[in-house]
Amino acid sequence: MQARVITWWTILRICLEERLVYRGDFALGTLMRFLPIVTQIFLWYAIFQAVSAAAGHERSLYDVQLAGYHYGEFVAYYLMTMISRAFSSMPGLASGIARQIREGEVKKFLVQPVDMLGFLLLGRVAHKLAYYSVAIGPFALIFFLCRGYFYGLPLEAATHSATTFAAFVASLLMGFLLGYFLEASIGLIGFWWLEVSSLLFVYMLLSFFLSGHMFPLDMLPEPWLTLIDLLPLKYLAYFPAAVFLGKVSGWELALGLGVELAWVLFFVFFSRLMYRQGVNRYSGFGG
Amino acid sequence: MSERPRYAKVFLTFARNSLVRDMTFRANFLIESVASLAWMMANLGFYLLIFGYTDSIGANTGWGQYEFFVFLSTTMFINSLVQAFFMPNAEEFSEMIRTGGLDFALLKPIDTQFLISLQRINWASLTNFLAGAVLLAFSLWQLTTRAENPLQLKPILVLLYPLYVGCGVLILYSLMITLAATSIWLGRNQTLYDFWFYITNFSRYPMEIYSGGPLGLSLQFFFTFIVPVLVVVNVPARMLAMPLHRADYALTAFALLATVLALLASRWVFRRALLSYRSASS
Repeated sequence: MQARVITWWTILRICLEERLVYRGDFALGTLMRFLPIVTQIFLWYAIFQAVSAAAGHERSLYDVQLAGYHYGEFVAYYLMTMISRAFSSMPGLASGIARQIREGEVKKFLVQPVDMLGFLLLGRVAHKLAYYSVAIGPFALIFFLCRGYFYGLPLEAATHSATTFAAFVASLLMGFLLGYFLEASIGLIGFWWLEVSSLLFVYMLLSFFLSGHMFPLDMLPEPWLTLIDLLPLKYLAYFPAAVFLGKVSGWELALGLGVELAWVLFFVFFSRLMYRQGVNRYSGFGG
Repeated sequence: MSERPRYAKVFLTFARNSLVRDMTFRANFLIESVASLAWMMANLGFYLLIFGYTDSIGANTGWGQYEFFVFLSTTMFINSLVQAFFMPNAEEFSEMIRTGGLDFALLKPIDTQFLISLQRINWASLTNFLAGAVLLAFSLWQLTTRAENPLQLKPILVLLYPLYVGCGVLILYSLMITLAATSIWLGRNQTLYDFWFYITNFSRYPMEIYSGGPLGLSLQFFFTFIVPVLVVVNVPARMLAMPLHRADYALTAFALLATVLALLASRWVFRRALLSYRSASS
């Protein structure tokens, strides 16, 4: 047991050091990732202006609502999805796994006493830790500049309630696990297909629009709302942000967290199963 | 050696070779076309969602649903042209610098920037050009036949529109080749490519949305006069989608000037960068 803990700790440390080599590039990249949000915020500002002008001149931007969001909440929503995505996004995971399978690198996990999914998970944890330790600067700056947008939140929001805050943190951590095991499952399809890039494109397209980082998902009209509830994608961006803003509360919140946990467990088992089946049919040649 | 290379002929050869190559992997070509089309459709869905909540983008800006769809199809034209002609080459250029393959390009008796910029054409990206044409035709039909205040297209503006779409493509090209050339100094610059996407992101919406507050105005100033990505789509789209006012003439003239300056600046940066090139071969 102790030996195993030491092994994993060593792996984590190596990955962490590897990641911190490029911290300058990291910090710059993080700040730039806020640029698209800036255009989104201006876009919605213009839309809110149009809506409030249509509703009559005496009303200010904060009086009109779109799908239950006033302007400040909209901006806060976008900023919060940046945080959920910082936890749930796994750049290059699925394509990396598929490449390792295709090029035979996966053999090293078959001969070494190291579990592939566990090893890669630790790599991601290290990546995220390194990322947060650098990104916390730009994030703190942006949130400080935008603090005004968080003032008018309801009492259920995480700025007022410790329970909501705990639920928010839980949804973020589960979002990380869900993102990891979901993308790993897609990558493991590589055991059967070898090339997963077209499948990955479909996944990216769906998650771009249906995970909620383009717009709050509860804006969508009906057949879509049901579809979204049936998919795990909303836990990658929309759900943690909605929890933070107090949009989901009470039993709805408990249910949401439960369903998210169920999805995490499902993909943990599913990826394990796929890995087992995949290794069984895998054949490697040459050195 | 003294004979001038015939650029048009060389370009046509590039185009033909790329087409042959694309047609060799036909299934891949088809998938790429469908993929970029699907992406555009999803984007269109997003804007339809927005126009389900509002009549226009910004109060009194004139960007109603179909005006904005004219804007969107202009974006599609410009982006698909840039992606078809220049994007694969800019990517290749960075790779050539890293691997030392640029040596071969420098040795050829033809302008290096021409060779680097147009070697490969990605025909599949032109799918969005066709999709943009369909969207443009549909939106213009809606605008010109609507009951109240129908749009009247002036022939001169219709003729100028392709010219300004071309200007937009050239401005984006200048930006892209400048960023690609900096990889000579920096070795490998993945972040700079992201940077390109993040900057062109500003060209995707009408510039009126940046009119609120000091931050908006400074963004508007910066992306109009320093890095002129805001004029790329705005000028041609406005020309077709709504009647031009006197105030728009200045911006329209400025777009031409910006194109020329951007091309000259990028040419200058490119040549400066080439002077610092130290081959990377073994």
